[in-house]
Amino acid sequence: MNKVYSINGPVVKVKNATDFTVMEMVYVGKDKLLGEVISISEDFTVIQVYESTVGLMPGEEIIATGEPISVTLGPGILTNIFDGIQRPLNKIYDIEGSFIKAGTSVPPLDQEKEWDVSFKISVGDNVEFGQIFAEVEETTLVNHRLLVPKGISGKVKEVKSDGKYKIEDILVKVEDKYNNIHELNMIQRWPIKKPRPIKNRLPLSIPLVTGQRVIDTLFPIAKGGTAGVPGGFGTGKTMMQHQIAKWCDADIIVYIGCGERGNEMTQTLDEFSELIDPKSNKPLIERTVLIANTSNMPVAAREASIYTGVTIAEYYRDMGYHVAVMADSTSRWAEALREISGRLEEMPAEEGFPAYLPSRIAQFYERAGYINTLNDNNGSVSIIGAISPQGADFSEPVTQNTKRFVRCFWALDKELAYSRHYAAINWTLSYSEYINDLSKWYNKQVGVEFLDARQKFIKILAEENKLMEIVKLIGKDVLPDYQKLTLEIARVIRVGYLQQNAFHKEDTFVPLDKQLMMMNLILYLQKEANRVLKQGKAFSLLTKTNIFDKVIKVKYDIPNDQLVLFDNYYKMIDEALHAIK
Amino acid sequence: MNLQYIGLKEINGPLIFLENVKGISFEEMVEIKLDNGQTRHGRVVEINGDLVAILVFEGTQDLSLKNTTIKFSGHAMKIGMSENVLGRVFSGLGEPIDNLGPVYVDKYLDINGSALNPVARIYPRNYINTGISSIDGLTTLIRGQKLPIFSGSGMPHNDLAVQIVKQAKLSDEKDEKFAIVFAAMGVTNDVANYFKKSFEEAGVLDKVAMYLNLADDPIIERILTPRCALTAAEYLAYEKDFHVLVVMTDMTAYCEALREFSSSKGEIPGRKGYPGYLYSDLASLFERAGIVKDADGSVTQIPILSMPNDDITHPIPDLTGYITEGQIVLDRELHQKGIYPPIGVLPSLSRLMKDGIGSGYTRDDHQPLTNQLFASYARVMDARSLASVIGEDELSLVDKKYVSFGELFEEHFISQGHKNRSITDTLDLGWKLLSILPKDELDRTDEMVLDRFYDQQEAIHYFNIKDKTIIRELKKEGN
Repeated sequence: MNKVYSINGPVVKVKNATDFTVMEMVYVGKDKLLGEVISISEDFTVIQVYESTVGLMPGEEIIATGEPISVTLGPGILTNIFDGIQRPLNKIYDIEGSFIKAGTSVPPLDQEKEWDVSFKISVGDNVEFGQIFAEVEETTLVNHRLLVPKGISGKVKEVKSDGKYKIEDILVKVEDKYNNIHELNMIQRWPIKKPRPIKNRLPLSIPLVTGQRVIDTLFPIAKGGTAGVPGGFGTGKTMMQHQIAKWCDADIIVYIGCGERGNEMTQTLDEFSELIDPKSNKPLIERTVLIANTSNMPVAAREASIYTGVTIAEYYRDMGYHVAVMADSTSRWAEALREISGRLEEMPAEEGFPAYLPSRIAQFYERAGYINTLNDNNGSVSIIGAISPQGADFSEPVTQNTKRFVRCFWALDKELAYSRHYAAINWTLSYSEYINDLSKWYNKQVGVEFLDARQKFIKILAEENKLMEIVKLIGKDVLPDYQKLTLEIARVIRVGYLQQNAFHKEDTFVPLDKQLMMMNLILYLQKEANRVLKQGKAFSLLTKTNIFDKVIKVKYDIPNDQLVLFDNYYKMIDEALHAIK
Repeated sequence: MNLQYIGLKEINGPLIFLENVKGISFEEMVEIKLDNGQTRHGRVVEINGDLVAILVFEGTQDLSLKNTTIKFSGHAMKIGMSENVLGRVFSGLGEPIDNLGPVYVDKYLDINGSALNPVARIYPRNYINTGISSIDGLTTLIRGQKLPIFSGSGMPHNDLAVQIVKQAKLSDEKDEKFAIVFAAMGVTNDVANYFKKSFEEAGVLDKVAMYLNLADDPIIERILTPRCALTAAEYLAYEKDFHVLVVMTDMTAYCEALREFSSSKGEIPGRKGYPGYLYSDLASLFERAGIVKDADGSVTQIPILSMPNDDITHPIPDLTGYITEGQIVLDRELHQKGIYPPIGVLPSLSRLMKDGIGSGYTRDDHQPLTNQLFASYARVMDARSLASVIGEDELSLVDKKYVSFGELFEEHFISQGHKNRSITDTLDLGWKLLSILPKDELDRTDEMVLDRFYDQQEAIHYFNIKDKTIIRELKKEGN
């Protein structure tokens, strides 16, 4: 029998044990706390425990399970809320009340619920790993495609008829080439730290449309792409993750609250249950799964929560869905790594983080991608990771290392947030490397002017940046009129375009065609105003017309479904500018 | 298992080490008896086979390897709880120190608490009227929130905390039970007395449970003080349906105690020597605020922390800001101008505010007003920094208006002394201030709201603006 020898926080050691394997899942002590083997030497096997070790005694038994830490995949994942090791928090609440106790063991998915299964195979078919053998309506939004688990291939011997089944009922029997019979039900297990296999990766060419102007226009992310969102506290990281989770055009959302606030997770849960998806008229929660490991829950489970989330995302990807993973926040995950590394007395690298931090970050983001699945469908996993840099200093290790592996960088800015300019994405520090990959799509789907207008916007903003250096020294009044106009147009872009009000009915989500029309309108205003200036009229006359502020309020005043109203604004600009004498 | 062990293997800082120990559990409490009759308390912090490290809360002075007897209690640290803790004063370890004898115990509770299941929480929406404009109007405090005050030495954070406690209590509805839990960590006797006196003056002393670990008390005890206090708060809120306001001061002293403990254990330090788990540790305190489904009470936290050197990027305020739901930042410049409360509006924030204000809670124009005040006041800062370079006279007319708006805003809105201002007064005052700016500068609100609240004439009259050019310009644009 293997016994606990030493205990230090979540790290437990066993002496003289030889029968464990690395990354194996174990149960520790009489409460059966969940743990994972992280290193083995002749003298000691080191185990990290995913639950609180208060009250654990040396000499208590450790049971090996023979499999790595895994998640259970099957219908019932969506609309659910799990902790970092896939324990269903709703069920735990029903059983134990408000507080989570250590050693709680509840199956992740509902075993009693009956699902409507319709089969896609019949007796005599050959099946293999990854193939779709049946479909289940998991929610009114999502059809759950049941996949043949790993290690099973052969001829179908028996199939139940379509009807209602529980997840553990045996649905299909398959005979492999050695005449062994395998039974399939609705669930399968998958180790969280191992990426699920794919046929091949495809190039990224379609954007993940978020309805957030600053993202879709200036710094778009591709489906299957990765983005890092660093920002000090109060700069709106969580708000931005929420906005994307609500409005982006992914089929499935996996929202990982990793070491964040409990109230925030409650809010996400409430809000997503109430909010209606504009495309399908169904509650958003029907396409969402939440992984909540709040900051006061055990630190080792926080480390696992990221992997749990991304494994679930890959599973839905393999059914042919586009999945967006929100990880809020990856810094808390990195800190969990640091904390455990410290307890293991490993040699620290930068700021106490372990030397393997960059490789772990890379492994996580590399699980994103646009792929061809084993069953020849296309699916994608996009990962958007929030980063909470210490002291809002972007030179710290987590931000820097993330920057190496993500291709979209949305830097949130304290100054913008202080003046309540949300989304507080700083347009000089942020970038997207996807713009070239996506240009074909934009040209075809939105219009060839889109990227052109985008480029002009960037130019105006860059010019403003330069001019502001001068203004800061000598004031605005001394600038020539055409430069004053540049500043004014830049203001229209900043306030009327980049700034977006998440609480305004029309402004919280803006479709791409309205984005393009807004850009065109602003650029038209610039062109016409420039013409007026060239006629020798003073800039102050232009501002008196109030036309700039009218254009700024277009975002509120033109509803998303009445884009014809833009015509009136062109007239308005013409009239206002002609009236200048 | 009440085994006793005589003698120690090693003493190092606040830690003692014991050999050949059997049958003890992680984080178990121990009692340490000295030859001279003293009793001290400790906790098992590491077990390595039969070698055990114990943290002694009261310090290890006078201990030798020979003169001690150690008794294990068999369980983690628990304290006795009942409604009778209200009106009493306790040490940082939860023992009564007011000479009124022991407290009747209804229940023994583990001071570490357990993690609240996010599913069990109710999202906080009910706002607390503090009567302070810059809080109610701009960083609204919500019941069940954790909203720290970031301060610095020499600033009136204690006054502010007391004012919030006093005025928040007055606005409470009648049949709701209200209690205050006060945890002092490393503060001076004077400060503790000031709080005590203030609670007395407000007539709420019988509703206060005080947990005191003063500046000259053992440092390690400090790590337990907030845990004892929060255990009391949770008991009162979730078992006895009290609305509990927890004031914890000074979190900086707490974190320093944690650093000392960590370094004596020989742990690898993180930033500025604080342990790598400082975030998790602070979270285990701050996350104990909230409202749960199966109780009527709530725990609202106002932790106070002094920013070392007024540096908001120091690890303590930094990590705190990442856990708490916003922060109220005190500004030294405002304080030096004689403005009370000197709340630095721009860096302050209440994350739960957006769902606890508006129609049904405060007033429907609250959110647009807040957005506009923030945006306009941010412009004031730009104008001021420009003025410091080119001189105020050289500013453009719009910038000049912002400068005068900024002054009036600080003088009338932020500064209010110890008065209690109703939410309607606060909101109306906000609109009056905005009305001295040209209407088209107010780009965060829509026309409809502006039509209702924008009134320049009245603003000029109310603030008694005399500067002719400004009036003339205002009239010209406001027509």
